[in-house]
Amino acid sequence: MESHNDYILKVSNLSVKLQDQPILDNISFKLKKGTTLAIVGPNGAGKTVFFRTLLNLVPYSGKIEWADKVKIGYVPQSLSVGDIPISVKEFLSFKASSDIENSLSSVGLDSETILDKSLNVLSGGQRQRVLIAWAIIDKPNVLLFDEPTTGVDLDSEEAIYEMLNRLKKGREITILLISHDIHIVRDYSDYMLALNKCVTFFGESKKIMDPDLQRTIYGEPVCIVTPTQ
Amino acid sequence: MFSLLIGIFVGVSAGYLGSLMVLEKMALVGDALSHVALPGLALGILFNFNPFFGGFAFLFASAVIIWHIQRVTKLSFETLVGAVFTLALAVGILIIPEPELLEALFGSITEVSLLDTTLAVIVSFIAIFLTKTIYNKIVLGMISEELATSTGIKVARINLLYLLLVSLVVAIGIKITGTLLVGFLVVTPAAAAKTISSNLFKYAVLSSIFGAVSASSGVLLSGYLNLPPGPLVVLSGITIFLVAVLVKWASK
Repeated sequence: MESHNDYILKVSNLSVKLQDQPILDNISFKLKKGTTLAIVGPNGAGKTVFFRTLLNLVPYSGKIEWADKVKIGYVPQSLSVGDIPISVKEFLSFKASSDIENSLSSVGLDSETILDKSLNVLSGGQRQRVLIAWAIIDKPNVLLFDEPTTGVDLDSEEAIYEMLNRLKKGREITILLISHDIHIVRDYSDYMLALNKCVTFFGESKKIMDPDLQRTIYGEPVCIVTPTQ
Repeated sequence: MFSLLIGIFVGVSAGYLGSLMVLEKMALVGDALSHVALPGLALGILFNFNPFFGGFAFLFASAVIIWHIQRVTKLSFETLVGAVFTLALAVGILIIPEPELLEALFGSITEVSLLDTTLAVIVSFIAIFLTKTIYNKIVLGMISEELATSTGIKVARINLLYLLLVSLVVAIGIKITGTLLVGFLVVTPAAAAKTISSNLFKYAVLSSIFGAVSASSGVLLSGYLNLPPGPLVVLSGITIFLVAVLVKWASK
């Protein structure tokens, strides 16, 4: 029997309007602790706004109820450092001065080589990993990832998702993940919330392979090309 | 001696605070902000109170306007800086009594009192101390407003505090460099430091050092050559900037 304590997040009738335009409409769902929820939907569906609402960065109507003692780590889509001369160590120290080396090694980065490097000389993949290190450095129990592998090469992408799996095994961590990649949704998440201003689907992620469901979510079935051996 | 002390303290604080202004790409604000002080200075001279307070009052009001406009829209911000602030300069030039005009525009190292020096030292200490407490938060806000807000930083509030501190530093700097050129101290030493810095700590320290060297060299040369200090501060600062560019170029 499910208990109240199984859930880390309950969203009820969540709606967001920006300049009188509806961005999110009547979103409701419940999320269990320790699961990974993929948030999918076409462009402009309101996925990033949804995250910003969960972080209380955007005014909303409806209810967002987190469980007690929730600590959220947030990884935005990208970081625009421009020409600001800031080292990886200084950036991570903004959040916490201890555990910097541990959080870097959790994301597969060698602190000896990377700590003193300036953020703007890092590759896309390295910068993304530093962003994840930032998010996990103070040991959150919820992670919000907004398309964590945008602009990252395939090897780094796989590495980042493997790393997320390792993080989950280490501690009971709930992950919410915005992704456009169907195979990522299928392979790395337990549940899926499909948005197109409103909820178009909420259920098990493996159902993403159903072409009829894909049509509901995206308007067209999505093709995955399996390389021949 | 007093003017050299003011030069050093103003140089350090302008360089340090300017390091944030350059990162935020607000160099235009730093320059134009100084022009706005002139009507305030003029009122101080005309009505016989310390021009620092007149200058600061106008700078303070302008900083609040800049902050408010920046939050609303970035487009009209530059129109404001270009047109209105130049208007303030024009008005100031018209109302300031002629004997004091040159000094107000380009600074002076004579008639620097103990009060001026004490004020400059105290203001510099306060400005540097307060900026240090918000420095990282401002940089984080520049990198990602979302990350900053999600860690509880009130981005708009600390930006306003920063602008007020810049107003204070510019107000004390006017004595030495004058309203026309004090913006230089808030911009160019930091620009030089940025050319050769790979981390924030080095950047902030070098900005302060370059600011102090520019200002104090300008003051010393002014005493030696009997010329207004403002232009000489600029020449010193530009020399440092060129050396920094050469160092960067040579290291490639």
